[in-house]
Amino acid sequence: MILIATALPKNSNDGYVAAAYIVFFVLLLIYVAIMSVRLSRTERAVRKLREDAVERSETPGQTRERETV
Amino acid sequence: MYGRGLRTLSIATVAVMGIALGLVFFYAPLEAEEGFLQKIFYIHVPLAIVTLCGFVIGGLLAIQHLRTREQRWDMRSYVAIHMSLIFAVGTLITGSIWARGSWGHWWVWSEPTLVSFLIVFLLYATYQPLRFAIEDPERQARYASVFAIVAGAFVPLNFLAVRLSTEYLHPRVLGSASNLPAKMQLTFLVSLLGIALLYATLCKYELTAKHTRKLLKARSKILGFR
Repeated sequence: MILIATALPKNSNDGYVAAAYIVFFVLLLIYVAIMSVRLSRTERAVRKLREDAVERSETPGQTRERETV
Repeated sequence: MYGRGLRTLSIATVAVMGIALGLVFFYAPLEAEEGFLQKIFYIHVPLAIVTLCGFVIGGLLAIQHLRTREQRWDMRSYVAIHMSLIFAVGTLITGSIWARGSWGHWWVWSEPTLVSFLIVFLLYATYQPLRFAIEDPERQARYASVFAIVAGAFVPLNFLAVRLSTEYLHPRVLGSASNLPAKMQLTFLVSLLGIALLYATLCKYELTAKHTRKLLKARSKILGFR
């Protein structure tokens, strides 16, 4: 980006060109940020599922109790 | 399932986008009339083309869903349209910025290309509310597919109607691509490839995430955890 900034000719349209490219990258960044939040949520759910599975395999009696409730 | 090849695709996207940026700012010559402002076109036009193609692809995938009744086609159609909507926001914003720099106005209502693109965008903006207003998953997928097909057919018709209209001011890029100097043409094509690859990567990423969440939900249900 710095390289591009130095390549920009200094005229009145610089701002518009920069704004267009910045908007594009910001949109992309927002999308990636939303996806990373979703991904961490999925990761948490996988971890919870694994913990529950381990807990169930260690205490088989607990499973039956849960099912009857 | 969907994650296969995602890494390669992501690397290819970053590489092509990097090359495209390099070409835009260091290789492509300045346009005689527009000057430096014309550089916006290397991002705005590919975004618009990929957006419209994405909407049409969404319609084609919806046809496949109605033919086979397989849910995966509906999911693909949904993701194609969802991603095109995001790209459409980018197209509208970059277009407005260019209009402000070139015409002195953020929006020109008498310009058919702008208004027709906005109509397409607003049409597809109703896709998600329509889809999620229906609770039954099978009906939801069916209705969404019908919408995607009808709207997908509208996109090329709308594009043609604008092309055939005589009163236009919007610069033509596709029709006059052969008239572009070789350096500009190459830059434009690489930018188009970069944006198309970005679209494909994000679709694949979204599909992988959705598929994983779905699998996780199914596993939890089978194991009786939730």
